Amino acid sequence: MSKVSLTVNGKLVTADVEDRTLLVHLLRDHLGLTGTHVGCDTSQCGCCVVHIDGRAVKSCTTLVGQVDGADITTIEGISKGDELHPMQAAFRDNHGLQCGYCTPGMIMSAIDIVHRYGGNLDEETVRHELEGNICRCTGYHNIVKSVLDAASRMNVAQAAE
Amino acid sequence: MYSTNYHRASSVDEAVALIAKGSDAKFLAGGHTLLPVMKQRLAAPGDLVDIAKIPALIGIEASGDTLTIKAATTYYDIMHNADVKRMIPAIAHLTSVLGDPAVRYRGTIGGSVATNDPAADYPAAILALNATVKTNKREIPADQFFKGLFMTALEDNEMITAISFPVPEKAGYAKMRNPASRFALTGVFVAKLKSGEIRAAATGASQDGVMRVPVIEDALKANWSASALDGIKVSDDGLIEDIHGTSDYRANLIKVMAQRAVQAAG
Repeated sequence: MSKVSLTVNGKLVTADVEDRTLLVHLLRDHLGLTGTHVGCDTSQCGCCVVHIDGRAVKSCTTLVGQVDGADITTIEGISKGDELHPMQAAFRDNHGLQCGYCTPGMIMSAIDIVHRYGGNLDEETVRHELEGNICRCTGYHNIVKSVLDAASRMNVAQAAE
Repeated sequence: MYSTNYHRASSVDEAVALIAKGSDAKFLAGGHTLLPVMKQRLAAPGDLVDIAKIPALIGIEASGDTLTIKAATTYYDIMHNADVKRMIPAIAHLTSVLGDPAVRYRGTIGGSVATNDPAADYPAAILALNATVKTNKREIPADQFFKGLFMTALEDNEMITAISFPVPEKAGYAKMRNPASRFALTGVFVAKLKSGEIRAAATGASQDGVMRVPVIEDALKANWSASALDGIKVSDDGLIEDIHGTSDYRANLIKVMAQRAVQAAG
């Protein structure tokens, strides 16, 4: 057992957990943040993606010890109260989800993509960059539309700031 | 996964001491090979020593004709590094087609090389560029480092600290990816070194892991061009045969990927 301290969605969290605990299990089982999903056992599906110190990574392939002291953002931490994050709003408006299971990971990866590319995103780039997120409904077409729509909204929002 | 004890080391010496004292202990860097294997209970180290935040293991140094990438540098930082892109763009390209964006944020070159997965990408670059693997104990030439499937020359309590690449005259990498795992179904790295030596290494193809391909090297020595490989035949002896492809298919892929790598190298 080890004591770990980390910031999750802006709040300092301390937990006494076994060293083998994965970040996704800390989030879901200990903190009740069940928006982050586990979709595979092989680190391939991307349903568990969260931001660690601003980078979109797989929480199913990260031990809690590795993120001791880190700043974590999950799908629960991106909206401002009732106001959806532009990526969430774009997924809703473009029908970017079907069953919804992959959606939290898609959104967390997509925000990271927009942060990295800014206004230089095109369809091909989005499809390539989403290679680490699998949608079993195969609804990629509207997911890609959502990301492109959100990218323009996020850039407009950034320009206005 | 089975129970384990996690330690975070702050220096190479501390990490090596923790490994020596641990029970079936393993170094943990990005963890993107080790943790999935532990989740499947195929590995059960009693102690994990996290080396990912040791400052001496992170960074890229360019000096003269040598590019040195320290062991715990992530794929993301390698593919976006200006010196890598300028000095050996083939390594930046190789890194950009490795795993996926989330994996590239965490995976490290040292982890990939120490694991020596038979379908990993970096071993092909190291072997083809005749790089040197630096450890806490010694320097190991590429030709003496890879010892077969998941096997390397690394001894107990030995840690990779950096990889030094001689800057080649030309180099290229081409890879046929398994669309699901993104590992190389076959990848070939070709290099024309400044010494004039021509080297080609294939990954994902051989049952013994990364290997040099003399028939390609000989043909490129005579004529550095993709068309020089038109007439060659790569033997399928010892190549992997599985649900993804026959050994014969992989033998042909070695040739085709080598041609694409030469084209990429220019």
